[in-house]
Amino acid sequence: MSTQESIAKDGVDAETVDAVKTVGEKYKYGFATDIEMEYAPKGVNEDIVRLISSKNDEPEWMLEWRLSAFRRWEKMTEPKWAMVNYPEIDFQDIYYYARPKSMIEKPKSLDDVDPKLLETYKKLGIPLAEQALLAGVEGAEEGRKVAVDAVFDSVSVGTTFQKELAEAGVIFCSMSEAIKDHPELVKKYIGTVVPPTDNYYATLNSAVFSDGSFVYIPEGVKCPMELSTYFRINAENTGQFERTLIIAEKGAKVSYLEGCTAPMRDENQLHAAVVELIIQEDADIKYSTVQNWYPGDENGVGGIYNFVTKRADCRGDRAKVMWTQVETGSAVTWKYPSCILRGDDSQGEFYSIAITNNMQQADTGTKMIHLGKRTKSRIVSKGISAGKAQNTYRGLVSIHPKATGSRNYTQCDSLLIGDQCGAHTVPYMECRNNSSRIEHEATTSKVDEEQLFYCRQRGMTEEEAVALIVNGFAKEVLQSLPMEFAMEAQKLVAISLEGSVG
Amino acid sequence: MFEIKNLKASLADEDKQILKGMNLSIGAGEVHAIMGPNGSGKSTMSYVAAGKGGYVVDEGEVLLNGANLLDMEPDERAAAGLFLAFQYPVEIPGVGNMTFLRTAVNAQRKMRGEEELNAAQFLKIVREKAKSLKIDADMLRRPVNVGFSGGEKKRNEILQMAMLEPKMCILDETDSGLDVDAMKLVAEGVNALRDGERSFLVITHYQRLLDHIKPDFVHIMADGKIIKTGGPELALEVENNGYADLLNEVA
Repeated sequence: MSTQESIAKDGVDAETVDAVKTVGEKYKYGFATDIEMEYAPKGVNEDIVRLISSKNDEPEWMLEWRLSAFRRWEKMTEPKWAMVNYPEIDFQDIYYYARPKSMIEKPKSLDDVDPKLLETYKKLGIPLAEQALLAGVEGAEEGRKVAVDAVFDSVSVGTTFQKELAEAGVIFCSMSEAIKDHPELVKKYIGTVVPPTDNYYATLNSAVFSDGSFVYIPEGVKCPMELSTYFRINAENTGQFERTLIIAEKGAKVSYLEGCTAPMRDENQLHAAVVELIIQEDADIKYSTVQNWYPGDENGVGGIYNFVTKRADCRGDRAKVMWTQVETGSAVTWKYPSCILRGDDSQGEFYSIAITNNMQQADTGTKMIHLGKRTKSRIVSKGISAGKAQNTYRGLVSIHPKATGSRNYTQCDSLLIGDQCGAHTVPYMECRNNSSRIEHEATTSKVDEEQLFYCRQRGMTEEEAVALIVNGFAKEVLQSLPMEFAMEAQKLVAISLEGSVG
Repeated sequence: MFEIKNLKASLADEDKQILKGMNLSIGAGEVHAIMGPNGSGKSTMSYVAAGKGGYVVDEGEVLLNGANLLDMEPDERAAAGLFLAFQYPVEIPGVGNMTFLRTAVNAQRKMRGEEELNAAQFLKIVREKAKSLKIDADMLRRPVNVGFSGGEKKRNEILQMAMLEPKMCILDETDSGLDVDAMKLVAEGVNALRDGERSFLVITHYQRLLDHIKPDFVHIMADGKIIKTGGPELALEVENNGYADLLNEVA
C-alpha cells in the first residue's frame, strides 16, 4: 500500500460510547464522538511527514523544515531526567494524523461543519456560535466575547469571530491556514523560540505537527476579545501534535486560553505540543491553560502522556508575559512553560496549580532566563498530590552576567492529601552578577484533620471540605486566571480530587 | 430534644475510656451549662457528639429529636441541626470567611433538600447578622480565622451559628481567652439566638459567662459523667468553693 494514500478506519463503535457512559460522572469529558475518521497509516517515517504536509497543502519550505526535524529526531533519545515512570512508548504504534472525514473538504463556515462535531463541542461546553458569553459561566462580564479555535484530533474544525478580529487587525486562525495565508509571518517566526532541535518531543512535533492556533496582534493593538483554543483528542491510538504561535508586536496586548480534554480509554495516548510566544517592546501576553486530559483510572490504566514544550521570548524592552496553568489531567505531565527575558525591564510570571490524584505523575515547572537588565520574574507554584500520585516542581532561574539589577521571586507550595502520595521540589538557581537577587520559598503541608472536621461540622461533605481547602491553598494562582475561567477551574479542582479522602 | 444516654467513649489510639456512662437531657429552648475540672471529659463529649475522628463509642446514644447522631456522618449531624462552637477555631488559609459561610449554609440546605441561597440573598442575610456581632466587611473578606484575634475568632463562631440556625448548639469554652467586653458581645450574640425552641449547652470553667448567658440548669461533670445537677446557684457554689467539696460528696 502506498503511504501517500490515507486509509479509513471505522470510527469509535457504539459499545465504547456506552462503556464510557457507564463509568460515571467522575471525568465528565470522557465520552467519545462516533464519527468517521480518516487516518494516516500507523507509525512515523519520512513518508508520513510528507503526507501530513501534503494534507495541509503546505509550501515546499515547510516540508523541508519538517523533514530536517524528522532526520534530527531519528538520532535523538527520550529525556529521562524527569521524575516520571511509564512504559516505553512505541512511536511506530501511533497514528500521527487523524481527521474527521467531513473535514477533508474544509467547510466554508461553521454552519457547514458536521453537526456531530458541533454537538461534541456543545457537550464540552465550548461555544462555537458567536455568542457573547461562555454558556453557563457565572459572573462573566456582560457582553465579553471569547473567540474559539476548535482543534479536533489533527485538524482545526473552525475558528469563531475571525471577521470581527480582522477588523481590529488581529489574525486568529488555525496553524494550517496561517501557513497558507500568512506564510511570510509563519516563516519569520516559527521555530525561533523553540528551535526544531530543542528537545526530543519538540523535534518530533516539528516533524509531524498537524495543526494548532496562530495569533498575530499588530503594533499597538489591544486584542478586543479573549482568544482561546480548545483541543480535543477523540480518535483511538492517535497522538495529537499541535503547534501554537502567538506574536505580539510592539505595544500589543492579548489574553489567550487553551483547554484540553480526551475520552476515557484504556490505552495511553500521546500529546506533544509546542507553543511559541514572541513578545516585542511593551507588548503583553497572558497565556492560560486549563489542562484536563483524561488522567487514567484509579489503577493507572489509560490516560494521556502530556509532553509539552512552551516558551515565551520577551524580545523587546518592557515586554511582559504571564503563564498560568491549571494542570489537573493527564497520566504523565512533562511541561515547563518558560520565559526568556531578553529585553531590558522585561517581566515573566508563572502561576501553576498542578493536581495529581490516584496514579498520576506530574513533573512541571518553569525556566526564567534573565538576559536583559532589570528583568523581573515571579514563580508561584502550588502542587497538590493525592492518592498514590507523584508531583514534582522543577524550575530553573538563571540570571546572566549582563542581566544586572534583576530579580526573581519563587514560591513553591505543596499540599499532600493522604499518606501514599509524594511532593518534590527541584529548584535550580544561578545568579551570575552581584546586583541581582533571587528569593525562594517552599512549603509542604498536609490537609489537616482539624480543618476537615471544622468544615464538616459546618455541614460540608468530606469532598466539599477538601475542595474548599485546596481552592484556598491554590487561590493565588486561581486569581491570575481570566475571571470566566477561574470559576470553571475551581470546579475542576473539586472534581479532580474526588475520592481522594476517606 | 437533645439527649445523651449512657454514653461511653474511648480514645481510638490508646485504650483509655474518657466518657464513662454520661447522661444528659435538654428540652427545647433550654440552656444548660456544664462545668467540671480539667480532664473530666467535657470537650470529649462535644467532639463525640459532633463526630470528630479519634474516638470510639463503646456504648450509648446521642439523640437529636429522636434520631441517633452517632449513626451519622459529621456533616449529616450538622444538617440535622447540631452546631459546635469550637474552643480553638481552626484557620483555613486562602478561603474567604464569606465563601466558607456560603459553602456551609448551602451544603446544609442541599442536604436537607432545600433550595440553595444565591449570592445576593446570602449577602443580605450575612451583612445583617454580622452587624449585630460587630463583624465588619473586612473580617468577612479575610481568610477564615487567619490572623483573627481571640475575640474575633469567637465572634466568628457565633456568626456561623447565627447563619446556620441550628437546633442544638454546644459552646465549648467559648469564653476562654476573651476579655470582659468580648465576652459580653459573644453572650449577646448567643442570647439573640434564643427563641424558645433552640437549645444550648454551654461548657465553661467560669461562672462569669453564666452571668451573661443565664442557664436553666447547671451540671457538674467529673471523670466522664455528670455527678451533680442543679440550678444557676450550683455555678456560684463552684465559683466560691471549687470542685473539691462536690467531688468528695460523690466519692
